[in-house]
Amino acid sequence: MTTTVEPANAGPAKAGRAKAEPVEEELPAPPADEEDIPVPPGAPRALLRSLLGPHRARIAVAMVVILVQQAALQSGPLLVAVAMDRGIPALREHDSGPLIAVVAAYLFCAVLSPVLQWAFIKISARVNQDILLDLRGRIFRHAQRLSLDFHERYTSGRIISRATSDIDALRELLSEGLQELLTVFLSVCYISVLLVVLDWRLGLASLLSLLPLALIAHSFRTRSRRVYRRSRTAAASMIVRFTETMNGIRPVQAFRREKANDAAFAVVNQQSSGANAEGFLELARYVGLSRTAANLWITGIVLLGAYLVTEDALELGVLTAFVLYLRRLFDPVDQLAMFLNSYQSAAAALEKIAGLLAHEPTVAEPAEPAELPQAAGKGREVSFERTSFAYRTGKQVLPPFDLLIPAGQTVAVVGATGAGKSTVAKLLARFYDPTDGRIRLDGVDLRDLATPELRRGVVMVTQESFLFSGTVAENIAIGRPGATREEVEQAARDIGAYEFIAALPDGFDTDVRKRGGRISAGQRQLVAFARALLADPAVLILDEATSSLDVPGEQAVQRAMRTVLAGRTAVIIAHRLSTVEIADRVLVMDQGRIVEDGSPQELIEGSGRFAALHRAWRDSLV
Amino acid sequence: MTGSLPTLTAMAENRQDHAPATGQRRSTVRSLLRLWPYARAVRGRLAISATAASLAMLSTLAVPVVLGRIVDGPLAERDLDALWPLVGLLLLLGLIEAALFYTRRVVLSRPLGRLEAAMRGDLYAKLQRLPVSFHDRWGSGQMISRATTDMNAMRLFLAFPLVFLVVNSVTFLAGTALMFTQDWRLALIVLAPAVPLFLLTRRFESGYSVSSRLAQDQNGDLATVVEESVLGIRILKAFGRHRSMAEHFREQSHLLRRTELRKAHLLANLWAVIVGLPEIALGCALAVGAYLVAHDELSAGTLVAFLSTALALRWPVESLGWLLAYANEASTAVDRFFEVMDEPEPENPGVATTLGAPDGIRLTGVRFRYPDAPEGTPDLLTGIDLHIRRGETMALVGATGSGKTTLTALLPRLYETTAGSITLDGTDIRELPREKLRELVAVAFEEPTLFSATVRENVLMGAPGADERQLASALATAQAGFVDKLPAGADTEVGEQGLSLSGGQRQRLALARAVVGDPPFLVLDDPLSALDVHTEALVERALREVLGSTTALVVAHRPSTVLLADRVAVLADGRIEAVGTHQELLRDCPHYRELMSGEAALLPEGPFVPNGGHAR
Ligand SMILES: Nc1ncnc2c1ncn2[C@@H]1O[C@H](COP(=O)(O)OP(=O)(O)OP(=O)(O)O)[C@@H](O)[C@H]1O
Ligand SMILES: Nc1ncnc2c1ncn2[C@@H]1O[C@H](COP(=O)(O)OP(=O)(O)OP(=O)(O)O)[C@@H](O)[C@H]1O
Ligand SMILES: [Mg+2]
Ligand SMILES: [Mg+2]
Repeated sequence: MTTTVEPANAGPAKAGRAKAEPVEEELPAPPADEEDIPVPPGAPRALLRSLLGPHRARIAVAMVVILVQQAALQSGPLLVAVAMDRGIPALREHDSGPLIAVVAAYLFCAVLSPVLQWAFIKISARVNQDILLDLRGRIFRHAQRLSLDFHERYTSGRIISRATSDIDALRELLSEGLQELLTVFLSVCYISVLLVVLDWRLGLASLLSLLPLALIAHSFRTRSRRVYRRSRTAAASMIVRFTETMNGIRPVQAFRREKANDAAFAVVNQQSSGANAEGFLELARYVGLSRTAANLWITGIVLLGAYLVTEDALELGVLTAFVLYLRRLFDPVDQLAMFLNSYQSAAAALEKIAGLLAHEPTVAEPAEPAELPQAAGKGREVSFERTSFAYRTGKQVLPPFDLLIPAGQTVAVVGATGAGKSTVAKLLARFYDPTDGRIRLDGVDLRDLATPELRRGVVMVTQESFLFSGTVAENIAIGRPGATREEVEQAARDIGAYEFIAALPDGFDTDVRKRGGRISAGQRQLVAFARALLADPAVLILDEATSSLDVPGEQAVQRAMRTVLAGRTAVIIAHRLSTVEIADRVLVMDQGRIVEDGSPQELIEGSGRFAALHRAWRDSLV
Repeated sequence: MTGSLPTLTAMAENRQDHAPATGQRRSTVRSLLRLWPYARAVRGRLAISATAASLAMLSTLAVPVVLGRIVDGPLAERDLDALWPLVGLLLLLGLIEAALFYTRRVVLSRPLGRLEAAMRGDLYAKLQRLPVSFHDRWGSGQMISRATTDMNAMRLFLAFPLVFLVVNSVTFLAGTALMFTQDWRLALIVLAPAVPLFLLTRRFESGYSVSSRLAQDQNGDLATVVEESVLGIRILKAFGRHRSMAEHFREQSHLLRRTELRKAHLLANLWAVIVGLPEIALGCALAVGAYLVAHDELSAGTLVAFLSTALALRWPVESLGWLLAYANEASTAVDRFFEVMDEPEPENPGVATTLGAPDGIRLTGVRFRYPDAPEGTPDLLTGIDLHIRRGETMALVGATGSGKTTLTALLPRLYETTAGSITLDGTDIRELPREKLRELVAVAFEEPTLFSATVRENVLMGAPGADERQLASALATAQAGFVDKLPAGADTEVGEQGLSLSGGQRQRLALARAVVGDPPFLVLDDPLSALDVHTEALVERALREVLGSTTALVVAHRPSTVLLADRVAVLADGRIEAVGTHQELLRDCPHYRELMSGEAALLPEGPFVPNGGHAR
């Protein structure tokens, strides 16, 4: 039963260490997920320590409170005994004093114990909730810090499961487990002392039983660790499936995937609940075994006691009292099982969370952020220097290239789909760092810019327009938090989105629902555009920002861009070559290379790809 | 930048607009009873478990008796021979007890796992079948929390608290009876708190279940924020807004924290009373009892027996606190579960299996408004009459937000028309089973949503059972030659939502997915928007072959896409304004001319006329 003994006598800080300990015994921790995100040894333990650390004082207070409360509670039977032995005889002598004193003491305990209990629940709830709040925040913030290449393989479902179901596991431990552990520990202590005081020989013999019990608990922990880990992983896969289906409900229904999905979900679902059941089974085994051991021990002690009594080495009355208390020594075995259950599950969850938190973003914040030099105009100069790039999973998408975009230039990037246009844009927006070479903004490497500084410099409208649930105004304001309503409306006006927004049921305060589902695709693009305008960056990247607009809408946007882009550096990716007409320069990309580079006029008059492309496009017009 | 994003904070309220009226809450017991259809399968096991727990309780009570016998008998008389049978009995009791403890848990573990899986599977199946409009309304985090946290609460409740609720009640009743036989006066004193306790727990229950429900909803909201922040990570990164999002998350989790603390507060109050009142009563009983003993109205032995019985009942009463808390949490979880399960599934009366004469697609007087559109707003589609002949390709052209996508969603019945009818080859789509309808009508959505699976799986989704040849030809039609260059060809995983492909690659896969089974009816929503001019031309050429045999509705923004079609329908103000060939419409329909060339819009502007000169 060492588990129960360690934490409390080691104080709250060490309790943390003791709790995290099984995570890294013998077995090296396996990768946190199929995605092989390694859990550094000791990370779960360090995490727990840092979570508990700030609450050390309150945890100590809670322990004292529960200590006194248990004393008050346990003194009940004692006081009853005193009343019987002293109070009643005295009362027979017409001396009601002792009885009144005892009853008063009893009533005092009867009031004290619930008050303390109340205080304990309040204090520990506060500590628990603060810990959970802290951990939730850490997971969230860290997930936000992690780079895109990580998110691409970890998937949203897995992060959701870290922030929800893994947190749940920890919550269970904190809200019930710890109190259980504390009371178990206290009652074991009280009774151990009592036993030893009653008779030291029998007492020590009884306490020896804690050894096999500890062994059983230990073996349960090692055996079940794998099961609980599997349970966490399975829960995560289940959530991944679940979220993906819900997010793609239109294609799911339109392509009649329901039955196939049911079957696929059943697999992960069963894995998840199967792992849970397995954990329960292990627990049942543990309870059965430790009960058996405890009861065998009791029988043994009775025999030993009987022997001592017959040898006249022990008083009969002492033995009676002894065996009755002995039973109570083992009472908490069942309670301990509950604790061990939530504990193991929380340890597995903490391991996963620690794995996530220990993962460093590949696109890291600079240790010593540099400042951008004072800009002369609105725009800034961009230079790619021997930049090359490969996605984590694939071949090199961009072979090394050089590119200088002077401040204030509007560059159109065109080329076949899959040529690498978006990749260039994403590199410039520092979604990824180049595999080789560097990208400079006004001479400063992007890697040396802190996020706020970088985003004042470069902002990108991505190819996928994504809106958050919330109002239209809120979505536009993502471009610049703190923008006034006038500024938001002006941004919308500038690109011709004002009319449609004003026509929505609540105008700018219309909730667009998840992913902006309440407005049409073209309208989403307009909102995403307005957002970028509001951000007012030195370098603006537009990746297919008008692809879903109708022709008049697109032309309105282009007209707006003439004024908006004036002075700014802009990179515009578009398949509709009408965009090119507002560009100072055109880059044609093919298979990751820039194959043509020149002013629109030059290229159109030439005989290269762009000329052909432009001709084809012109022919397609009305 | 460090500051919060004030406007985002309002989202919390927006997410809650679907929050159910707590006023209609059922009582805890009635909610829990709804679990019965699922619990039925495990009722035998539950009974065994409860029995085992009760027997274990009994054997626990029997042990002191045997011990007493040992001490009073063999030991007092120094009769070692008589000791053995009793020690043997003690050992036997101990082993039985251990076996019962084991049994109590072991019989439930797997069945409860199955029960949980069944409930979650049903939830998932149900959600897949609920109409899209339902999903529009609900934050996805709410569903996730139902499938995880809530499910957990229910399983836990069935595993321990339910069994203990039974066992402890039995123990309590038995103990009470015993106390009455021992001394009715003292028993009355000890039982006096029962009435206030009963009233109090009822009050607690109503208060606690409100908080518990709120906490569960807030948990769901939190999951929604997490999900959105991860799915929208590109936007947050592009604008460097992760701090504001984190701030928003922090506020949300503070709300949850407040609710959890409220729960703890209620529970603390209940516990205090539940622990305190009986103890005080016991103190009184002690005083009275001692008085009675002193006046020889009660034997000392009886008093001791009475008090130890009363002390033994401490635990069953005290445990009521957390048992009730568990029960309440489970019951609100059940409420949330059935909130989804009770949602009416779109009824599916259709039984038609064959289509009629080759008539193509015919829309007659189709009206539509979104179910969540506010009162008083006009319908979005106000009487669409359109006939697409069999084998014909019709382009649908309209301004941004005119309702094109909405119209296309009506064909596979992702949304239901408000009025009017749509027929396929003369058969009303409502007479077709949904399954069949969606087999007939294949769709390429404007947002090419792919799933994290291989290219092959994503494409063949459109036609389960299609063979390699069909896959190849679909990929060829969509000009998806890039697939061969992917690391594992058609077996390459495309990542979550297909985001490890370029925009145009995704769109072409979505197109391949639509055309793969040679569906007789095809709906393409702006299928070429992300393609460059060359690829677009290639896709068009290939598509034309496919479209020759199918009846198709193609949403188009660009003249080049319109050229795919035989005729064009112009959608404006919720009606089909004009139908005709491209040339006819250019000539006769000013609105169409404007949509295709932007001319009308440009006229007042004057100076900037990028394509005006190219108009034919
Ligand atoms: N996240 C990713 N992981 C792995 N490969 C990727 C990823 N994103 C893009 N690719 C691959 O990199 C290549 C270039 O993609 P990119 O998105 O830059 O193309 P693009 O020129 O923007 O095309 P489009 O016009 O279709 O948007 C493609 O072959 C694509 O499959
Ligand atoms: N789920 C919804 N609930 C309520 N209103 C909606 C919903 N989806 C779209 N709308 C509204 O219905 C109108 C038509 O939307 P729809 O998506 O059909 O337009 P569209 O013609 O496809 O436009 P686009 O060319 O931009 O794709 C829009 O004004 C939009 O605000
Ligand atoms: Mg792209
Ligand atoms: Mg649309």
